[in-house]
Amino acid sequence: MNVDLGRVRAVARKEFREYRGNRFIVTTMVVLPVIFLVLPMSGLFRLSSHTAATAVRAQVGSTLLLMLLMPVIIPATIAAYSVVGEREQGTLEPVLTTPVTREELLLGKAIAALLPAVAIADTFFAIMVLAVRAGASPVVVDAIWQAPNFLAQALFAPLLAGWAIWVGMAISARASDMRVAQQLSTLASLPALGITALMSFQVITPSIRVAVILAAVLLAINAAAWRVVSAMFDRERLVTGRRAERPVADDVVPWPEDRPTA
Amino acid sequence: MAYPGAMAAAPALEVEHLGKRFGPRTAFDDVSFTVQSGEVFGFLGPNGAGKTTMVRTLGTVIAPTSGSARVAGLSLSDENAVEIRRRIAIMPESPGLYLRLSVHDNLEFFAGLYGIRNAEQRILAALDAVDMRSRLHDRAGALSKGLRQRAGLARTLLNDPQVLFLDEPTSGLDPVAAREVHELIDGLRKRGVTVFLTTHRLDEAERLCDRVAILNTTLRTVGRTDELRARLFSRSLTVATAQPLGDPQRVFGAVADVESWRSDTPGSYLLTVADTRRAAPEVVRALVAAGADVLQVAETRHTLEDVYLQMITDTEGAR
Repeated sequence: MNVDLGRVRAVARKEFREYRGNRFIVTTMVVLPVIFLVLPMSGLFRLSSHTAATAVRAQVGSTLLLMLLMPVIIPATIAAYSVVGEREQGTLEPVLTTPVTREELLLGKAIAALLPAVAIADTFFAIMVLAVRAGASPVVVDAIWQAPNFLAQALFAPLLAGWAIWVGMAISARASDMRVAQQLSTLASLPALGITALMSFQVITPSIRVAVILAAVLLAINAAAWRVVSAMFDRERLVTGRRAERPVADDVVPWPEDRPTA
Repeated sequence: MAYPGAMAAAPALEVEHLGKRFGPRTAFDDVSFTVQSGEVFGFLGPNGAGKTTMVRTLGTVIAPTSGSARVAGLSLSDENAVEIRRRIAIMPESPGLYLRLSVHDNLEFFAGLYGIRNAEQRILAALDAVDMRSRLHDRAGALSKGLRQRAGLARTLLNDPQVLFLDEPTSGLDPVAAREVHELIDGLRKRGVTVFLTTHRLDEAERLCDRVAILNTTLRTVGRTDELRARLFSRSLTVATAQPLGDPQRVFGAVADVESWRSDTPGSYLLTVADTRRAAPEVVRALVAAGADVLQVAETRHTLEDVYLQMITDTEGAR
């Protein structure tokens, strides 16, 4: 499969420009992370050195989980819109008449959804850890300033965002209505968080080795998801609303001059 | 009318027994035709006749279920789909612009999809072709419907297509905007672009197209409009006199080229003739000799609408 990076870049750039002009997307990208930051932070700052270790661990775990929920929630709306939204506004068909392949189109859209999601998630994570270091109790600082936590954020934020994007796009490629696609994509992304939740609450010990193994698994899933979602992207169904009917054998034939000679 | 390069280049489109089904419904069946390079080819038919499906099929957006075709020199197949789409351009009924983006950003996006290197130059050239350079930085959503259609047309010119498919380009436009689109298509013809135009505006087809095809699931006819008229309707003369003729049979029967005649209203006659140019002077002479005051002797004109209605009525009747 040949992927033309110029076409991928063109798609991603167009998506960025569309986000800029869409107040709903910008608001979604900013408001949710603020809520996800403020709520757990208020909990962290109430903890003191007299708080039981289990309570500290639980509060820190839920904060880190919310930090990883951000890159899942932020791109879900965008991904759900990506195909069915374009179809509804009548812009998909002209794009499908150009040389862009479905793999290039989806990859460009995925990159455009991934980059802001990860940038916002990492920025808010940085704000959280710096604020904790500046003003939280030493027990909270000790619990947060652990290498595995930073590693988990660095590895899982893009990988979970990627997963959420592919799930959203898969639903978007098959949904007939944008609102349904948006609702389903948010829910469908949540199972991926289960494993991270287990790490955040230290049910699975968040060692570097475990984090790297899980990240490798997520990376493989993301790569496979790109191919699977591309296969689900049926031009004919998207344009006509009907699945492509495969021709009966030999009904569709090459042009006479192009037929292979015996 | 000769179109530029009609005989010089290979056909732009060759379609052989092409068919497309959606489950039990047949969109079109057993369609064969050829479009020469540089030709403006009209594809007419009522709603649901399969015109848009034909455009999508030849544009590799959807796959045919039978037959074969060659588009811009390439066999219609999955393997050639990307290369075919590189050589052609399609404007669907709706121009499909991103309304939050400027005209420039819309065109730049499509230039990127076509892999055009000198995109800025091409964008300006395409906008010049549709006389819209001054709207370069306008938001597409702020444009009128006619201007959006022109911007959509500019998009299709970016890749300098060998074949340009226009699917009902004047649908929903007011007469002034429609005339502007007609002038643009005329301009494309002069540049030698092959245009495949679907429409159910018969005046549009008659004015713009070198040849037309009439589709109603199956192809009813293909040809130049004057050929179709000649093929479908017998040659006839309309005669009007100030007073009804006393003995029309004696007057018209004496003219060798008149095959038959009928009178629908007093003083008005419709003559079926072998050759209108030869028969008209003879008819005038016979009328004058009979002492009639001649008001009019004219060749009966049949419009493309007459041809279209005849073909579509035949199809409906055959069902």
